[in-house]
Amino acid sequence: MQNVDAINSGIPAIPKDNYLTNGFSLKSWLLTKDHKRIAIMYLITISMFFMAGGLYASAIRLELLTPETDLLTSATYNKVFTQHGILMIFFFLIPSIPAVLGNFLLPIMIGAKDLALPRINLLSLYIYWIGGALTVFALLQGGVDTGWTFYTPYSTTFSNSYVMAVGLGIFINGFSSILTGLNFIVTVHTMRAPGMTWFRLPLFVWAQYATSLVMILGTPVIAITVLLLAIERTVGVGIFDPAIGGDPILFQHLFWFYSHPAVYIMILPGMGVISELISNFSRKKIFGYEFIAFSSIAIAVFGFLVWGHHMFVSGQSIYAGMVFSFLTMVVAVPSAIKMFNWTATLYKGSISYDTPMLYAIGFMGLFLIGGLTGLFLGAIGLTVHLTDTYFVVAHFHYVMVGGQVIAYLGGIHYWWPKMTGRMYSEFWGKISAMLVFIGFNLTFFPQFIVGYQGMPRRYASYPAEFQVLNIFSTAGASVLGVGLVMPVIYLGASLINGKPAGDNPWMLPGLEWRTSSPPPTENFEKTPVVTWEAYEFGEESGLDLDGARRRDQVSTVV
Amino acid sequence: MSDKHMETGEGHIGYPGYIGVFTILVVGTIFTYFSSFWDLDSIFPGANTLLALAIAFTKMTFVMLFFMHVYWSPRLIWLSAVASFFWLAIMFAYTMQDYFTRGLGVFSV
Repeated sequence: MQNVDAINSGIPAIPKDNYLTNGFSLKSWLLTKDHKRIAIMYLITISMFFMAGGLYASAIRLELLTPETDLLTSATYNKVFTQHGILMIFFFLIPSIPAVLGNFLLPIMIGAKDLALPRINLLSLYIYWIGGALTVFALLQGGVDTGWTFYTPYSTTFSNSYVMAVGLGIFINGFSSILTGLNFIVTVHTMRAPGMTWFRLPLFVWAQYATSLVMILGTPVIAITVLLLAIERTVGVGIFDPAIGGDPILFQHLFWFYSHPAVYIMILPGMGVISELISNFSRKKIFGYEFIAFSSIAIAVFGFLVWGHHMFVSGQSIYAGMVFSFLTMVVAVPSAIKMFNWTATLYKGSISYDTPMLYAIGFMGLFLIGGLTGLFLGAIGLTVHLTDTYFVVAHFHYVMVGGQVIAYLGGIHYWWPKMTGRMYSEFWGKISAMLVFIGFNLTFFPQFIVGYQGMPRRYASYPAEFQVLNIFSTAGASVLGVGLVMPVIYLGASLINGKPAGDNPWMLPGLEWRTSSPPPTENFEKTPVVTWEAYEFGEESGLDLDGARRRDQVSTVV
Repeated sequence: MSDKHMETGEGHIGYPGYIGVFTILVVGTIFTYFSSFWDLDSIFPGANTLLALAIAFTKMTFVMLFFMHVYWSPRLIWLSAVASFFWLAIMFAYTMQDYFTRGLGVFSV
């Protein structure tokens, strides 16, 4: 038994010193080495980037309300969709789950006092801030219009926008990813509590570990690629521009060698969150633990073998295209393993539809659509028709927003009581989750249809026959926007007037629920010794969860 | 390398050794510069590039083994180092499969 409060779940915990009360000065935050405080600072910054990216998305959808180029000029529109992509991908989607939830929870979930390299952790935050500040500065100066992909030779030769400054911001930001990944790998190898064997690790930790491998192996390549782009743009060395002896398709190879695995940097941690939610809110040991764990590693490895499917119509060899197409089908297998295992976990589970679980179920549906439409795009023949249409836009938003963002929101709601010690309004949480689900589908499903009908992406105007579906999309975006703003309000309000959460509000056996909420600076009063298997809901877990639940129901009635 | 060395952080090959490695790196750089003026491509296409890469690979191996202490490190570090080469090989191999097969088959000109 690790913590008496875990048994008394639902009953407000006695106030204790915790990481939030351990110093209130600005210095105590800016120079902290506590992984939890660093995670909170990441949370605030990342949320700001998400809102900025969302504003750009609003501008895009408003422009596309009518077929004409009216709200924005074409040149401005190019900058708007580029900046939406850059902010969302490099400054929200990639860092969000690892830097916020991973930073906060990974050490606690393995029974450690902190990450293995706390100073490096703080350094990664500062690097993220510097890279972000430089990028925002460049965007405010006039921005960049190349698309987030920076395709050459446009980016090296023709674009008059702030390619260099934004590229430098992304280059710097990459080191933040590398350091976070390095920290996680070292921590998982060296800081596990006694008894926390590899196959007792929560699947969220496995997912973070796999993600870290991709971060470390892939991110240097994009850094080098951006550097090469800068060298060509400034010095005129022929690397990518065919006019001076370069090869533009080489840029695409190097860019996608990182940027496709980057998709897995974004989605793998989300899958880790979903594994936690599905098992814990079904109150059932997860089906096929080892398969899910190793499928994360398989996705990380195979994810490096499929980048050419972004280049089917670029001039890449048809034989290379065939190989990449085949491998793209292969990488779908480990993702499918996860989906089947999650579904099997739900079967005969004692499912409770709390807000985090609503997000998890939403994830399963949306990621399924995103994944299956990926097969359309990975098929070397069909993709010729679909390339650079809104079908692609819909597909990756189903994976990125329907997958990663939904999982992130689910994770934030799930661990919010642990992070803050406060419960949020379940009512507004559920309303918000449903608005996000409905708004998201209304926004992006019509884009599959207009894309299949031939509407190209990245244009401010379009033929009038596509307008009805675009109006659906814009209307859906406004619903989605409301759904996404709501958590800012009710989660913020919970900090002021939220009910004390207790240490284990969901009554779960995981290690993070066996310490106080919010956790103390050193995470545990004494180093825990793990004697139970992962997702063990029986008495073997050492917690009388059923008894605690009964007591909680009685106290609620009273 | 014993654990004792790891704990004490002793210079494994000492300053003379490090200076020797540094000398090898400088010589390699100079050799790369001068070899770029030789017309090795007349032997077979790409021979110049191959030589430059071979020199670079040698230099990198010295850096990894001695400057980065991989030579004295546990097997897990060796595994990580070898795995990174395997991963690099993937990048080169799959990129080259594009370049080597362009213009073949139905798209030949």
